[in-house]
Amino acid sequence: MRLEPIAAPTPARRLGLPALALAATVVLASGLSMLAGADPLATFGQILQGAAGSKFALLETLNRATPLIFTGLAVAVAFRAKLWNIGAEAQLYAGALVTVVIGTQTGLPGPLAIPAMALAAVVAGGLVLLGPVLLKVRLGVDEVVTTLLLNFIMALFISYLLEGPLKDPMGMGWPKSPALPRDARLPRIVEGLRLHWGFVLALICALGVWVMQTRTTLGYEIRATGLNPQAARFAGIPVGRVLVKTALISGGLAALAGFSEVAGLKGNLTADLSPGFGYTGIIVAMLALLHPLGVVVSALFVAGIFVGADSMSRAAEVPSYIADILLAAALLFMVLAILLTRVRVVRG
Amino acid sequence: MTHEDGAQDTVLRLTGITKRFGALTANDDISFGLARGEVVALLGENGAGKTTLMNILFGHYTADAGTVEVFGRALPPGQPGAALAAGVGMVHQHFTLADNLTVLENILLGTRPLWAPGLGRAAARQRVAQLSRDFGLAVHPDARVGALSVGERQRVEILKALYRDARILILDEPTAVLTPQETEALFETLRRAVAQGLSVIFISHKLHEVTAISSRVLVLRHGRLVGEVATARTDRHRLAEMMVGAEISAPAPSVARPGAVLLELDGVETEAQGNATGLRGVNLALRAGQITGLAGVSGNGQGALADLLSGLAAPSAGRMTLGGAEVADWSPRAAVAAGIGRIPEDRHRTGTIADFTLTENAVLESYARQPVSRRGWMDRAEARRRAEAIIAAYDVRCPGPETRIRLLSGGNMQKLILGRVLEAAPSIILANQPVRGLDIGAVTYVQERLIAARDAGAAVLLISEDLDEVLALSDEIRVISEGRLSPAFPRGSRSPAELGQWMAGHGFDDAA
Repeated sequence: MRLEPIAAPTPARRLGLPALALAATVVLASGLSMLAGADPLATFGQILQGAAGSKFALLETLNRATPLIFTGLAVAVAFRAKLWNIGAEAQLYAGALVTVVIGTQTGLPGPLAIPAMALAAVVAGGLVLLGPVLLKVRLGVDEVVTTLLLNFIMALFISYLLEGPLKDPMGMGWPKSPALPRDARLPRIVEGLRLHWGFVLALICALGVWVMQTRTTLGYEIRATGLNPQAARFAGIPVGRVLVKTALISGGLAALAGFSEVAGLKGNLTADLSPGFGYTGIIVAMLALLHPLGVVVSALFVAGIFVGADSMSRAAEVPSYIADILLAAALLFMVLAILLTRVRVVRG
Repeated sequence: MTHEDGAQDTVLRLTGITKRFGALTANDDISFGLARGEVVALLGENGAGKTTLMNILFGHYTADAGTVEVFGRALPPGQPGAALAAGVGMVHQHFTLADNLTVLENILLGTRPLWAPGLGRAAARQRVAQLSRDFGLAVHPDARVGALSVGERQRVEILKALYRDARILILDEPTAVLTPQETEALFETLRRAVAQGLSVIFISHKLHEVTAISSRVLVLRHGRLVGEVATARTDRHRLAEMMVGAEISAPAPSVARPGAVLLELDGVETEAQGNATGLRGVNLALRAGQITGLAGVSGNGQGALADLLSGLAAPSAGRMTLGGAEVADWSPRAAVAAGIGRIPEDRHRTGTIADFTLTENAVLESYARQPVSRRGWMDRAEARRRAEAIIAAYDVRCPGPETRIRLLSGGNMQKLILGRVLEAAPSIILANQPVRGLDIGAVTYVQERLIAARDAGAAVLLISEDLDEVLALSDEIRVISEGRLSPAFPRGSRSPAELGQWMAGHGFDDAA
């Protein structure tokens, strides 16, 4: 068995294979829910019901999608430049951290505090990714390793802060930070509905990334660097500087997830602020084929599965872990589909 | 001496070999036989299907149809081991040697069972020495391969095949990396091999070598066997016609009118990059309206000089002056801004971005400046206009400017690069292997454009490993060897043999 490259994949191949990947995911999940003793159709129905069946469910899905759009964009931007940023989780926490520090320590009034928190979060997230990228550009250190390990360093650092300097004195001993003052929180889009302006900010960011990638010289440079750094360098594109700019954007986007979760939803920082949004961002970006507008769609899809599976497991006897399996299977099938649009398998 | 098919002593027979890659038929129903003790030349342009055919014969590829018989027995398809065992030895264009092992170890590699104690060096050494004497393949068995010259490495490859009792030798473009003297030595080895009953398939697109060594010529064109002639009954011109299917004529440049010095190197040195040679005390002046040809065996510092002029590397010592001013801040972008047009050696990996469209590739060097972009915003319509202009003016055959350049042939890709470079009206042109791998039609086109640029007043540095090309196009020739540059030889002042001496490194000490 060998792989033979396909020069020009047909549109049928490029669209059909990803569709096939989703179908395969559904088949696999059906099998699993049958194994758990449930009717697959009913299971899917309950997931759909739980994700979008009511106003409450829909808003919950949108809320859950918000941080995933940010981390998905962060990964999509970086992967375009073949900068393998596996550290969106650490950048998210960096953003959450400075958001809490500025929101609770500076005493800025709300209209100033919110933009200051967002801006500081972007800078902090960018800086967290800057280190690994400089190591990569200067010394050739593999950024997969450094960004991945930074996630654990950041997690431990946050734990330390929450047990020490940042611990809420009124927190009854719980490891959590003091809460942001009311006026330093992102307002709800519609009063009384649990959806905040972070979601709108995420949509604006997706649009902004799309415009950046398709209309600006930086976007052109990022794509050139990702596709062929040798040719990019020869043509005069400053590859190292492009990677640094990419890192600042990618880290900044991931950090906005932390900002939006703290300022829009939770109000304070805890060690379990993110149930792996940074890692799930990789799935979101891959399912979107790295397209920034596709990230919005795939983030909604992924969030819907999580939210729907939670509600489904309360109603049926199927464990909510099926959400993780669904997403893992979707990712693997999608990666295979992407590969098979570019190569075909031949025998001999 | 010509052997007709069907003779008793046929050692190899290919019958009806067909191989398709997608829509491309690389080999179309090819049949021929190889007799004991003959050299058959397989002639064809790049992309004619020579290498594919040999890879099928050697078991690297599986044919879609057809059979290979060695000494009357069919070879199982897709098994290089079976070809080896049947007595077929192949010397690839790119050597397959381990640099960190000695010559003897390289030869023994893979010949001993995994669990055999020791390598049996003593016996092997004797046998290698015997083979060296018999075939005129002088090389020290204990030398580290990494320290050998390209010509010596090729001898090791041939020894490797002979050590495994190869009776059929396949040589894929063996002379591409050799000096004329080394080529003559290789031919002497092949003559001895044939005298001892071996058979040789010699793959080449160089006509004078084919006529010098072979007894029979097979011509491939677009995957089909279009001709089979006894070498004695043909000549180079007829072979060339068969190869391209039409009358050909090499461009003959008019007399140059050299002008002012546009670029000058004065005692320039560059750092060696890994295995690649750096420059050593190079003095060079490129004049307006003149083509300077750089001849030399590959890997002697051509890459370093090209990197220097491209802006990828800066001098570590010495001075580089452009238009009278010494160069300070040197980068690819600075080189483009200084009016250097750069045609890189590798058009696939360096010259273009395969998954970018023609439009995106057309503005690779100009995207950051007006009018293609303003304050960081790309003007996509302007970029597309530029691509359309190049496509029209340089005869780039393509479905349209929004096609990914990956889908173009090498010749059309090179025309786009040529257009990108020449449209910027460069005063200095660095053409590094500008026609390598192109078909003859595209070769002529590219060469004519370079001559036209010279006539319009550009200073051209032509780097090529093909001495014939350098001789045909250059107004002045410099030879590069181990990072040093020979004096300038005006057109016609040195014979190929004399240049070959320089290419081999002779003459540099007395020429300051």
